[in-house]
Amino acid sequence: MAEAVHADAIQANMLSGDKIDVHDLDFYYGDFKALEDVTVGIKRNAITAFIGPSGCGKSTFLRSLNRMNDLIDGTRVEGTVLLDGKDIYAEDVDVVDLRRRVGMIFQQANPFPLSIYENIAYGPRIHGLRNKAELDTIVEDSLTKANLWKEVKDKLGQPGTDLSGGQQQRLCIARVLAVNPEVLLMDEPCSAIDPTSTQKIEDLMDKLKDNFTIVIVTHNMQQAARVSDYTAFFLAEDTNLPAKLIEYDMTDIVFTNPTDKRTENYITGRFG
Amino acid sequence: MNFLKWRERALESVFLICALTAIVGVLLVFIFVTIKGFPIFEKVGVLKFLFSLDWSPSDNQFGILTFIIGSFLVTAGALALGAPMAIMTAIFLSEIAPKRVQKLVRPAVELLAGIPSVVYGFFGILIIVPVVRTLFGGSGLGLLTGWIILAIMILPTIATISEDAIRAVPKSFREASFGMGATRWQTIWRVVLPAAKNGLIGATILGMGRAIGETMAVLMVLGNAPIIPKSLVGPVGALTSIIALNMSYASGDHQTALFGMGIVLFMISFFFVALIRFVSRKRS
Repeated sequence: MAEAVHADAIQANMLSGDKIDVHDLDFYYGDFKALEDVTVGIKRNAITAFIGPSGCGKSTFLRSLNRMNDLIDGTRVEGTVLLDGKDIYAEDVDVVDLRRRVGMIFQQANPFPLSIYENIAYGPRIHGLRNKAELDTIVEDSLTKANLWKEVKDKLGQPGTDLSGGQQQRLCIARVLAVNPEVLLMDEPCSAIDPTSTQKIEDLMDKLKDNFTIVIVTHNMQQAARVSDYTAFFLAEDTNLPAKLIEYDMTDIVFTNPTDKRTENYITGRFG
Repeated sequence: MNFLKWRERALESVFLICALTAIVGVLLVFIFVTIKGFPIFEKVGVLKFLFSLDWSPSDNQFGILTFIIGSFLVTAGALALGAPMAIMTAIFLSEIAPKRVQKLVRPAVELLAGIPSVVYGFFGILIIVPVVRTLFGGSGLGLLTGWIILAIMILPTIATISEDAIRAVPKSFREASFGMGATRWQTIWRVVLPAAKNGLIGATILGMGRAIGETMAVLMVLGNAPIIPKSLVGPVGALTSIIALNMSYASGDHQTALFGMGIVLFMISFFFVALIRFVSRKRS
């Protein structure tokens, strides 16, 4: 049965050409089923937003796309997650390389207690780069891509933690870009920063999608409507029940003409 | 004043008195040791007392440098052996071990701290001394044996405090590192340990204080000769073990000199406490 699902998934992926294809994913915390039957295709070079009320499993789902949940004891995944057609939960997968390809930005900006330069150089260094000139280039490139270079180019030696909240978040984006990922997973990247900084990050996302596939979890529906090309709405009907993917479509359609009543109720602010 | 208010006041005073006991105790000990030991500084001279290698009480020679060096040699070796072991234990407990293993190892480590030091001494004499004698020669009583015993004794102190320091490193640092494709080892080595650095240093200093003040176990295994050891297995005297050994029979200037060594020990631990305060202040 599982093998058959797997084969179906691969075939579907070959047809769609999606960057990430998830088929019939169930997610468990111990005995509790947190997600049920999630099937979704994440488009290349587009921004996909996951929306839904708190506790609807959207962050859990996001973290299952680069196996960050592996770090939590007692979690388990059933179903298939394909990245470029390859199952990321297969036994021969190198999780370390997977996480390099699928980078993650967190809700709380979390620069290391190191200098700005060392924060960016961290990733390339752990992947074996020693050459100072190359590191310099990567640091400048990454900060430039993250629209931060102009603000910090004269103080690369200062602690990353001295930057403002919004700058710290862009530093974290630059840090991930430095290891040359293909997908960026963003877990409510703007929920802890001010509107001006949020604007900067949204502009940045729009620029980055030419070269990356971006998935963002957000509580802010205006943000989802502004930045994303596709939107997925998650909902757990009750705290004891697993969350499900209720609706997934192009953002315009989800926000203007949703098929499911529950989606409409949520985006018009009737709950959540 | 009504009863409730009176009771509040009374309770407050009880707590205050308990807290003051610590300060009063430290002061009394300091004053007592100083009064008893200070005359030796006048008699011999501070510099000669501290920096002369000649210790022969029967000839009225009271230079304690041998024992200061002995104490530091013993402590430094114990730290070199014990601190890395303790920090690795802490890393294992906080970053690597599954919960079930933690539940087994952590109480074992904590139990190490509860074993009386005379028992460590026994253990040293019965097990470590013969092993050292067989492997490295000599009597078995000496520097190396002291290192091994003390390394085990300071392990729980350093390990538990280091573990707290490592656990205090925000989870987000680890996630960020893993999220970039770092391995567990890279994350521990390049992110977690540097972030916990001050706590680890504090833990090590505390272990150092414990090592330099330890008496009974080292007395039983060091050999306690008033000479600077010429080899790893040579006998060595530490400030603590010499005080304890001599105190029972010393009188006159000899006894005063032992109290003088007590003042020196007091100063050393004062210095360590100050150092820990300084390091932990830098952290916050």
